[in-house]
Amino acid sequence: MFRFLISRLLQTILVLYLIATVVFVMMKAVPGGPFSQERNVSEHILQKLEEQYGLHDPLHVQYAKYMWNITPKRLSPRALLAFDLKEGLGIDFGYSFRYEGRTVNQLIAESLPVSAELGFYALIIAALLGISTGSLAALKQNSSWDHIPMAIVMIGICLPTFVLGPILILVFGFWVPEPFRLPVLFWEPSYDAPWLESLRYRILPAMTLGLYYAAGIARLTRGSMLEVLGQDYIRTARAKGVSPFNVVVKHGLRTGMIPVISYLGPVAAHLITGSFVIEYIFMLPGLGRHLINAALNRDYTLIMGTVLVYAAILILFNFIVDTLLVWLNPRLRLRSNA
Amino acid sequence: MGMTRRHILWSLIPQGILLSLFTLVFSSCTESRTPVEIASAQGMLLLGNGSEPHGLDPHLTTGVPEHNILHAIFEGLIAYHPTDESAPEPGVAESWEHNSDASVWTFHLRHDARWSNGDPVLASDFSYSIRRILSPALGAQYADQLIVLKGAEDFLKGNTTDFATVGVEVVDTHTLRLHLIGPTPHLPGMLKHNAWYPVNPRVIEAFGSIDSRESDWTRPENLVGNGAFRISRWVTNSYLEVLKSDTYWDADRVRIKGIRFFPIEKASTEEAAFRAGQIHYCSNIPIDRIEFYRSKHPEVIRFDDYLGTYFYRFNTTRPPLDQPLVRRALTLAIDTGLIVREVTRGGETPARGFVYDGVSGYHTPGNIAFDPETARRLLAEAGFPEGSGFPKMDILINTQEAHKMIAEAIQQMWRDHLGIDVGIVNQEWKVYLDNQVNLRYSISRSGWIGDYVDPITFLMIWTSDSGNNQTGWSNHRYDELYKQVLVTGDPGLRNALMGEMESIFLDELPVAPIYWYTRKYLLHPDVKNWHPKLLDYHPFKFIQLEPTGFRL
Repeated sequence: MFRFLISRLLQTILVLYLIATVVFVMMKAVPGGPFSQERNVSEHILQKLEEQYGLHDPLHVQYAKYMWNITPKRLSPRALLAFDLKEGLGIDFGYSFRYEGRTVNQLIAESLPVSAELGFYALIIAALLGISTGSLAALKQNSSWDHIPMAIVMIGICLPTFVLGPILILVFGFWVPEPFRLPVLFWEPSYDAPWLESLRYRILPAMTLGLYYAAGIARLTRGSMLEVLGQDYIRTARAKGVSPFNVVVKHGLRTGMIPVISYLGPVAAHLITGSFVIEYIFMLPGLGRHLINAALNRDYTLIMGTVLVYAAILILFNFIVDTLLVWLNPRLRLRSNA
Repeated sequence: MGMTRRHILWSLIPQGILLSLFTLVFSSCTESRTPVEIASAQGMLLLGNGSEPHGLDPHLTTGVPEHNILHAIFEGLIAYHPTDESAPEPGVAESWEHNSDASVWTFHLRHDARWSNGDPVLASDFSYSIRRILSPALGAQYADQLIVLKGAEDFLKGNTTDFATVGVEVVDTHTLRLHLIGPTPHLPGMLKHNAWYPVNPRVIEAFGSIDSRESDWTRPENLVGNGAFRISRWVTNSYLEVLKSDTYWDADRVRIKGIRFFPIEKASTEEAAFRAGQIHYCSNIPIDRIEFYRSKHPEVIRFDDYLGTYFYRFNTTRPPLDQPLVRRALTLAIDTGLIVREVTRGGETPARGFVYDGVSGYHTPGNIAFDPETARRLLAEAGFPEGSGFPKMDILINTQEAHKMIAEAIQQMWRDHLGIDVGIVNQEWKVYLDNQVNLRYSISRSGWIGDYVDPITFLMIWTSDSGNNQTGWSNHRYDELYKQVLVTGDPGLRNALMGEMESIFLDELPVAPIYWYTRKYLLHPDVKNWHPKLLDYHPFKFIQLEPTGFRL
């Protein structure tokens, strides 16, 4: 187990440095720089700007500086919980090229909680809806309880979020009658309002994000429940006179959930990191919006910061799931020790 | 597999939980008014404002969204007039005068002008601010605006570090004199730009030095301004809020409580926000929604004249575009009337010349109009009868629906009227800019918005050494005339010289003028005193909010 952890950790670090290198090379290769704009900037001013931001150094010096700045130099979990990467890990992404006077660390610390909160709501929606719909379909296989929800799920899987989002906006923002209407944009009301009112602003984005994964979870649950419910031990349990409730919940779901749980890990990571389309549609102040704008603005430091944070989260969640699976499954444990 | 009703009920529990959560949230909301209705009642103006502001340092920012916020929280010597873009409205200067040829200007600052921290606004603050933006190490992108000041160019380029050589004179605490390189009758118009705004020297020095770019002084808790509003909250990518400032000298006239600026990049999203009652002002309308508002809600849609020209650049270094005959043929084959009627549909005017017509008594000498007969003849004269032998080339556009529609219309017109085939290449914004600057294009769509209300802001971009030229075109006589304009104080003579410049330009046509802009936007009827302005800057201190209960 220990060797497994160490080897995974080393792999993770290697992957992150590799990503940072690729991002660095790609940023330098893309035409247009952070200071190009419609109205031409005089040559002497442009030179001063590039000097200021260290763009005049030879590429290998710039690269070495980048790599040193993003290397963790200390560990303070408490600061990390407040999303402070500088205090927490000693990582300094530097000042944003576009947003004068704002550091990339600040921008990440402000926006990551928004993406995380959105992902959290979406995960709840995905898990609750997905698992219940899937189990129901499995229990009433080949009835309309199975066919209708599964057809809807199929549509859900096929609809990308950038289509589903505007559809939900149209339906809940404009078509439904007044008391059920939801705000179509922003993360919070544009006037001072109680917290519960802000929650209404989060329903549509969380639904858009969650429904897609709910569909996946539903299909997975249905498949795995069908398999489990046909097993001998379920039949035995029934024959022994175990109540139907206990058959499904204690014996069926417990085993049936294993593939779902291993799917939930990556889903949780995707829900936090994969919301940039939704943040753009609903104009939310999350990390994904920074990622898109940073790329469009050639904001080199912000691109590096957002990409690395995304990569780290994805890797971290996969790492946790892998570790859990190894711990749960003796066969995997043996293999990793061999 | 006999499943009882209980199973089904059990598996419905999670859905039940979700449903009851939603119900809780819905029922908690007894508020049936839209955000706009609530805001109108509170006196808060909600504005769609393009993109997230780069920053709030008036000497570093360059964009329109930033300027919209800056003119609320800062005030220059001259301010914006509520209705007339060319009229100078007294700002920090309560009066001013100039010498006979308008090359030396004296400004008398009002004694009750204050910074938001209570400091008086002094002539020395302006002098410090001019020194700051001209400091080479600051790298201010708009510092070029100030080279009308004597000695400013040398100071900016680092040829001298002695600020005393720059034509800024602090006569006494409340009198400032500016010495210019030549007669500049349009100086008051230039002073409205944020490059000329004052900053508080005490605050700048407290958070860094005069030329530090990376400083925390513009963070909302630190920022000190001198405008009608002061910043109160700034949530990145969410909104920026300003509230009425008590220290402002004219605070009694400010009618609204505050403004929230929302960064909304996409026109379709902004329009949805307006329709849902989340903003008072939608700065952009998708072309496909114009008809809807025109026919169903004419009371909210506005088309205001806007000081800008939409045009196509020709790369005059690439044959056959190096031949004026070819460029004229291409230009005359564009049915600009049809484009504004059927494609852009925002009440734009087909451009007869390049300079926006009727600015400061100047009228364009141009009479460019759709003329397919002449276009065909000119193309034949250039050696391409009926378009035969004309090389394949592309129109370069940056990715945006409206540009694409216009390019497709022009592509069709050139095919129909000239028999030539061009392609359309769309590129992401920064890639497009890069290719245009480096002349890696044949024909490129462009636009130019005037910096201030004077024809020179359209003509100065085509001189040989202008960084904004980007066509490879140069004309010696044109450059000579430009230098003469800079030293001419007499308005009549000046206009005549500029007319000659434009005539040369239109003879050679390094660009094809297409239309003069309009600003298309949506404005909620609650907003009063919002007048058409040629540069689209609406001084917020005059705006009023009156709840009308209007809903779309």
